[in-house]
Amino acid sequence: MQSGLSRISLAGVLFGVMALLLTLAHSALASASTESSAFEELVRWGPLIFKGFLFNLLVATLAMALGTLAGAFLGIGQLSPARPVALGCDWTTQFFRNAPWLVVLFYCIFLIPYEVHLGSVTIPFPAWMKAVIGLALPVMANVSEIVRGAVVSIPTGQWESAASLCFNRRQTLWRIILPQCIKRMLPPWMNLYAILTTASPLISIVGVQDGMTQTRAALTATNRPDLMLPFYLYLLLLFFLYCYPIARATRALEARFAVKG
Amino acid sequence: MTAEFFRWLADAHGINLSVLHDPVDGMAMLAGIWMTTWLSVVCIVLSVVIGLVGVWLRGLPSRLIRLLVDGYVEFFRNTPPLVQLYFFFFAIGGLLPLGDDGAGNAVPLISNTGWAIISFSLFAAAFNVEIFRSGIEAVPQSTVEAAESLGMNRNQILFQVVMPLALRIAWPALGNNLVNLVKTTTLAYAIAVPEALYVAAGIWSEQFNVREMMNVVLLIYLVLIALLVWIISRWERAMRLPGFGQG
Repeated sequence: MQSGLSRISLAGVLFGVMALLLTLAHSALASASTESSAFEELVRWGPLIFKGFLFNLLVATLAMALGTLAGAFLGIGQLSPARPVALGCDWTTQFFRNAPWLVVLFYCIFLIPYEVHLGSVTIPFPAWMKAVIGLALPVMANVSEIVRGAVVSIPTGQWESAASLCFNRRQTLWRIILPQCIKRMLPPWMNLYAILTTASPLISIVGVQDGMTQTRAALTATNRPDLMLPFYLYLLLLFFLYCYPIARATRALEARFAVKG
Repeated sequence: MTAEFFRWLADAHGINLSVLHDPVDGMAMLAGIWMTTWLSVVCIVLSVVIGLVGVWLRGLPSRLIRLLVDGYVEFFRNTPPLVQLYFFFFAIGGLLPLGDDGAGNAVPLISNTGWAIISFSLFAAAFNVEIFRSGIEAVPQSTVEAAESLGMNRNQILFQVVMPLALRIAWPALGNNLVNLVKTTTLAYAIAVPEALYVAAGIWSEQFNVREMMNVVLLIYLVLIALLVWIISRWERAMRLPGFGQG
């Protein structure tokens, strides 16, 4: 199992690195001797693109935190004994789960005001903050489903024994059910984080300066078509090196928690 | 009649649903919806086909082929679809020679719509390979052994015994991925493919009705996705085998 996983990882990394090397070699041969090689350009512009990539990670992480917080409440709300609350939470979840991420992002960018006045205090809402909210909404809906699924998967006996010990609903949920859910929620939650990270370059479409924006800026500045291949591959590789370990860890956790059947 | 009502709504209340009273905007929007539908259907078919080919290749005895397929799957699953799209459209599209449009003008060999289809299909297919693989692994070993004892060869077992069962097992995950694929087609906006979101953006920048058009777009996608979900669940029920799953 372990060797199988590392073989896959090796294949993935090799795939990317070899493609990058091949294109570097290709453009080194293609470019005239007066021009700097693609490798030199990558060394020059790489740090800028990397900084943009770090901003992607920041936005994704903030959106994940916000979405998880809101999604946890929404997921518990879906299981509320009060019917209107349950229905409302259910509809909200389904709505944001099925709407395309990019459309929700557009929605937030255009329809959230750029600043909010609370009395004499003005709270500015820069585009990146709106983007965080825009990404957090679909995350919220997905987390909501993860929480609901985990709570439903806990055996009814746990609820009944808690009731027999005079726990009320809130105590049962917070002290008995949810702690048991954490373990089941962790793999899908990590998977969602990886998906969110790969979705984060969408913010470049709505004008937030991220890794994608920096890559395109670097390509515009150099104005050399032969650099496109190595630069985009470099950005792809940055994301791969960040997301792939998460995907592997998720699978390892799933394998450990799996019930042998 | 309805056009008059929506024109009145725009004049009297400032709710400018121009796609419902302006024939030009209406036709443009319809074309956009059609483009989204077409993109979705083509990508769904291609991604399922590539997924099936991938999982078939992966099952071959060659270790090298398995390594390559795994590399492809992991790379496409763990990198952003938008960067993949740009990579294909700008980087690879820029390397290809120019074609001729018949009137002597140089045009790219593969259009932006073509690259969107290639990119999204490869992206979704990487997930499909994994989904089919886990479906195949979930088919009981005894079933495969029973087929072997009947003298079926590898391909016969795969296509006549394992795949029909694996497809049913993998169906919910496959459906989820295909819904995701339809949502991913909005990314084609970034390379100016005239699909629903792109057309809507064109309309709102002319009519200044961002608020109304955003809601129209959201509604369009929710309807399209609801339609797909309905088809998938209908199909699932039609394919259900007695003795598998809940009843």
